[in-house]
Amino acid sequence: MAGNVNHDYHILEPDIWPLLGAFSALTFTSGMVLSFYPDLFGAASKVVIWAGLAGLLATFFFWFKNVVIEAQRGDHTPVVQLHMRYGMILFIASEVMFFVGWFWSFFDFALFPAMLEVTAAGTADQSTTNLFITEGVTATGTLVPEGMEVLDAFSLPLLNTMILLCSGTTVTWAHHALIHGDREGLKQGLWATVALGVLFSAIQAYEYSIAPFAFGQNTYSSAFYMATGFHGFHVLIGTIFLGVCLYRAYIGHFTSRQHFGFEAAAWYWHFVDVVWLFLFIAVYVWGGWGAEVH
Amino acid sequence: MATTAEGFDAPTAGHGGDHDHADHKPGFFARWFMSTNHKDIGTLYLIFAIIAGIIGGAISGIMRMELMEPGIQYLFWWAGASEGDIAAAGHMWNVFITAHGLIMVFFMVMPAMIGGFGNWFVPLMIGAPDMAFPRMNNISFWLTVVGFLSLLFSMFVPGSANGLGAGVGWTVYAPLSTTYAPGPSVDFAIFSLHLAGAGSILGATNFITTIFNMRAPGMTLHKMPLFVWSVLVTAFLLLLALPVLAAAITMLLTDRNFGTTFFDPAGGGDPVLYQHLFWFFGHPEVYIMILPGFGMVSQIVATFSRKPVFGYLAMAYAMVAIGVVGFVVWAHHMYTVGLDVNTKMYFTAATMVIAVPTGVKIFSWIATMWGGSIEFKSPMIWALGFIFLFTVGGVTGVVLANGGIDDNLHDTYYVVAHFHYVLSMGAVFSLFAGFYYWFPKMSGRMHSELLSHLHFWVFFIGVNVIFFPQHFLGMNGMPRRYPDFPEQFAFWNQVSSIGYMIMAASMLIFFANLAYAYIWGRKAENNPWGEGATTLEWTLTSPPPFHQFETLPVIEDHHDYHDHRPATA
Repeated sequence: MAGNVNHDYHILEPDIWPLLGAFSALTFTSGMVLSFYPDLFGAASKVVIWAGLAGLLATFFFWFKNVVIEAQRGDHTPVVQLHMRYGMILFIASEVMFFVGWFWSFFDFALFPAMLEVTAAGTADQSTTNLFITEGVTATGTLVPEGMEVLDAFSLPLLNTMILLCSGTTVTWAHHALIHGDREGLKQGLWATVALGVLFSAIQAYEYSIAPFAFGQNTYSSAFYMATGFHGFHVLIGTIFLGVCLYRAYIGHFTSRQHFGFEAAAWYWHFVDVVWLFLFIAVYVWGGWGAEVH
Repeated sequence: MATTAEGFDAPTAGHGGDHDHADHKPGFFARWFMSTNHKDIGTLYLIFAIIAGIIGGAISGIMRMELMEPGIQYLFWWAGASEGDIAAAGHMWNVFITAHGLIMVFFMVMPAMIGGFGNWFVPLMIGAPDMAFPRMNNISFWLTVVGFLSLLFSMFVPGSANGLGAGVGWTVYAPLSTTYAPGPSVDFAIFSLHLAGAGSILGATNFITTIFNMRAPGMTLHKMPLFVWSVLVTAFLLLLALPVLAAAITMLLTDRNFGTTFFDPAGGGDPVLYQHLFWFFGHPEVYIMILPGFGMVSQIVATFSRKPVFGYLAMAYAMVAIGVVGFVVWAHHMYTVGLDVNTKMYFTAATMVIAVPTGVKIFSWIATMWGGSIEFKSPMIWALGFIFLFTVGGVTGVVLANGGIDDNLHDTYYVVAHFHYVLSMGAVFSLFAGFYYWFPKMSGRMHSELLSHLHFWVFFIGVNVIFFPQHFLGMNGMPRRYPDFPEQFAFWNQVSSIGYMIMAASMLIFFANLAYAYIWGRKAENNPWGEGATTLEWTLTSPPPFHQFETLPVIEDHHDYHDHRPATA
């Protein structure tokens, strides 16, 4: 073997998945566009979307599988583990900025609402917009148009807040168990976290199904569904991430000293948790304050 | 020391010698389509940027041809419309300006600077064997490629009622991009930005991790070459600005296709909100396009003055300051949307603050040359061209920063002249400076100094003839983004179009220079630039081995970084 490498970095062999992943992403987004225009492109779009999605899922699966194999093989020296910590923190930072975009929209609508009236048909009617608010003129509109019902923040959303906070505790329980060499505790903590994640998603789905307003009628419903929807998507990703950790716990991966895969999942989960707290306080409680409740 | 041996093997083992191992290359497909090597990926980025630059540059040629004289000359033909179909011609025009802008920003300047030179030289300059995440490095590149493909798709599907293609400007403002662009074209363009943006975010993560975690022993942050500093700041801007663009264009997508009303006043939405979100990304983006150029110019000016750069720390932190302040000046792009006077005052003041760190940089470059033994080699003349022309663009930037003046100049050719002075002269001159500086290192061949100088002077004259008259057009009130203009603007438009031909001729010299280098160019030494070139890449062979620094270089402690010659090669 060539024994002249004198550093601890991880030099990788050529790999096909970056190429396949990128073209799968293009296939998926192109399929999405085709699906927006059934008159132009017919039903072919479904095939394209599914092909792209399958390629993306395969890329994620095999890519992360390779990373796990390399980790188990001992390629992840301390300095490489530190790479991954940096990488995960930076990835979460970019995710935070993504949500900043959605909150920016929400607060724009909340602080500078257009004057809207809800007509009998349930659609919004515009009498003025917030385009040219100048000093001395206040918009008399409200974020939630008069007559529109919103979800009660202190019902299911509060329950979901409790569920997520609780899951933050269980994942920490799992982490402490892992550090102290308690494999059973690790599995139990992770099972509880995954179960709470699934429960959260189920309740969120149920809440969408009974919501008194549809997707995209006005700015409140647009911001509500897109912000909570993207959060829900992140919960799903986080749950899968923790589920993979649970599987790895069963097949004997992770040591009390080296378990960055688990830590990354836990960091991600806490990030998702914090986003929810902001959503709960800003969108559900403050945003719906004073509006009629379903 | 490696804890396990297997992890660090080359693809096939079984050969002994030191050099063999370092220079073992995979086969053609594996090497160029499955690459995990920062230098190969950098080369791919550079080739991609050159191809995209040719396409984007050709589109500007179409535009200058049309603007040669008043009236619509060629747009009916380009649009495939009947003579006199002004709506189709106008849409075609919008498609051209959109494609030119998006291609030059996302698929030429960014891939060349960050993907190309960043990938090639950040690891070399910090003494690292590769990037922190070599596989992710590769998907960053391919996401840029597929983003470009999605943009190309958009040109061949219906855009608006008036024809094919996305005619929405590189800013993709609503409602032009929503209500008035009902076809799939704009969706393809939006996804193009999603794909390329995802690639850039991953790339930014990679650069920050590499720079923080893979510097050779002894190379503290304050000993890092300024090009590495510039890429570090750029990567942070990318990481924090691009996700906001992703959110904004996702809102466009749902407004277009799923009935949300983020930017639709009929549902309480606000088109100005889109502009805020866009420019919160868009302003850091313009610094993303120039900061690596600052870094390259710093290396080059120091090299060819045979002096350490003047005020090294001030130069590094000036870039940090530009990056930070760049996040709080975005609404100076929106002075005419109806912002109240106090808001305009704040954004005017904040924007002018940026001139301070930028001035620190300009004066430090000049001070670096002061008393130096200056050699006017090809990279140096391009760097000097950069300093002069970027300063011109910077000065018109200070003019435009004033909310009151901008009420008159907004959306005129004065703005076009301004941002082409900082980009197609600032950014592009720094790209050519970097290219001529590092071409011998990357290819192992010397280019012709004569052709490089000729390229410089013809290009310099060409771009100035194109863009300087546009200041006059703008101050006389000619608006941007129109294919037709009244007789009074005819003269300077004609001059500008002639400038384009000069510039295009200079590009032929550039490609001739490349051909010369590969056919007749003499072999490049490890360091062709002499004792002024002190950074680590010059300690390696030209081109460097496939895997360099298998034993990490050690940076000695008691030297200032610029005085130092590394201990190992």
